[in-house]
Amino acid sequence: MKKNRGMSTGLTYAALIIGSVVMIFPFVWMLLTAFKTNAEVMQIPPTILPENWNLDSFAKVTDLLPFGNLYLNTILLIVGRVVCAVVFCSMAGYAFAKLNFRGKNILFTLIIIQQMIPGQIFIIPQYQMIAKLGAGNTLFALIFPGIVSAFGTFFLRQAYLGIPDEIGEAAYLDGCNRWQTFIKVMAPLTKASVAALAVFTAVFAYTDLMWPMIVNTDINATTLSAGLSSLNGQFSTNYPVLMAGSLLAMLPMIVLYLLFQKQFIEGVAMTGGK
Amino acid sequence: MKKKVRTDQDHFWGYLMVAPTIIGLLVLNVYPFLQTIYLSFTNAKVFGKYRFVGLSNYVKMITNEEFLRATWNTILFCILTVPLGVLLALVVAVLLNAKIKGKTAFRAIFFLPMVVAPAAVAMVWKWMFNAEYGIINTVFHTHIDWITDPNVVIVTVAIVAVWSAIGYDAVLLLSGIQNVSKSYYEAAGLDGCNKIQQFWYITLPMVSPTLFVVLIMRLMASLKVYDLLYMMVGEGNPALGKSQSLIYLFYRESFVSGNRGYASAIVIWTVLLIGIVTLLQFLGQKKWVNYEV
Repeated sequence: MKKNRGMSTGLTYAALIIGSVVMIFPFVWMLLTAFKTNAEVMQIPPTILPENWNLDSFAKVTDLLPFGNLYLNTILLIVGRVVCAVVFCSMAGYAFAKLNFRGKNILFTLIIIQQMIPGQIFIIPQYQMIAKLGAGNTLFALIFPGIVSAFGTFFLRQAYLGIPDEIGEAAYLDGCNRWQTFIKVMAPLTKASVAALAVFTAVFAYTDLMWPMIVNTDINATTLSAGLSSLNGQFSTNYPVLMAGSLLAMLPMIVLYLLFQKQFIEGVAMTGGK
Repeated sequence: MKKKVRTDQDHFWGYLMVAPTIIGLLVLNVYPFLQTIYLSFTNAKVFGKYRFVGLSNYVKMITNEEFLRATWNTILFCILTVPLGVLLALVVAVLLNAKIKGKTAFRAIFFLPMVVAPAAVAMVWKWMFNAEYGIINTVFHTHIDWITDPNVVIVTVAIVAVWSAIGYDAVLLLSGIQNVSKSYYEAAGLDGCNKIQQFWYITLPMVSPTLFVVLIMRLMASLKVYDLLYMMVGEGNPALGKSQSLIYLFYRESFVSGNRGYASAIVIWTVLLIGIVTLLQFLGQKKWVNYEV
């Protein structure tokens, strides 16, 4: 029995380690390739470690792509989307959970239906609106489809439903109106859910490809994802340059992830099902 | 009297607080939804006037080989990724639930691809799958045209998709597994059940609602596959026409070729397909999902 358990623990470790190697290897290979020369990566058999760790590919890719702008645009997009989602979804989530007003159920049904429909069906008209406003290649265009979030509203409504009504009653007796109750008493109690929504919104904004690609075609006005995709056609044979670009594009998010790993995983797991 | 004041207050604040979200949804979703349906019955291009053409976009669609192929590719992609991906995620979740050291580190490693843009992930894998100098052909001594052979590239992209999603699905399944009460296992242990029996008769039924959610989510995501294909196959690749998905075809028709009317018909079909598949899953769940605790 004892021996049996030892063996099964051993197998568990073995399986997890093999799995981890498969998960990490692409990142390691990207890193190693980025420091090699183009001639070196075409050697047969290939080298594992770079002969010299040279930075030429990084210099080249930062010449090709305006990484400063791409980082800035991506950060502003994320901040914009997160602020909009947190503010508007909190307000609507609280109202749907705690206030009684006529038409509430119909409006909430709208939220639920929207949440079930894949976003791609909205893209052509959304793009036409941006085009009509002449707002292409702006920060506003990047944020536009994410100004409000049906999913976020639904998610935060759940959080507010979890707060006992008595807490609101107590605030009311203390002379708070609905808004004050919301801001001072209720909203601080939803911190964990708000953090989860923020993480979810940020990751989605950062990974999204199609929208920034169609709406901000100017390379200086677009995001890391879309900027990186523009390398695909033109430099498709210089792999060290492509790997250096990929590395620079994923680095900030990986650093954030390593720092706030628990919040990331729990945040995304909490919002799971979307 | 007091009650009345409070309901008035509820009305005032209620409307005020849902207003941004509701107005936003009307502008960003409800209007675009109706507009897309309308466009699908017109010959809209990028510029200029367009007119109502009835069902001709839909007729063109179902008689178009490229469209039928894209529909098949999308379904094939689901068949390749969903069962295998969910199964592997379940295995990882069960392994992570064992009494082991370094659980947090393992979980973080498996989850990592989720926070990296698919654009970057695709580029890395495209290099590894490179037919001449890629590490995969080198290590396994194979000569497979992973990226340019139209019959292979869907499998290649499917491998990357499974790799990307495993950690996310495993985290969801793990939280489901951890919610199963320890007392069931203790009772089963006393009755002489081994680990495999415990998994089969306790874990699996208890976790089936989470499994169902993961399955639905993965199916919906796979039916919408676009960015990995866009990055790994891409314009100019001879395999593109034979390996594109529905959303990729939609993207090319609407934003490359500028056939907005026809593209609208394609996206409506895609959404309907997702709806049908999801509905089938909900109908089928009674057979295997266990909601009794």
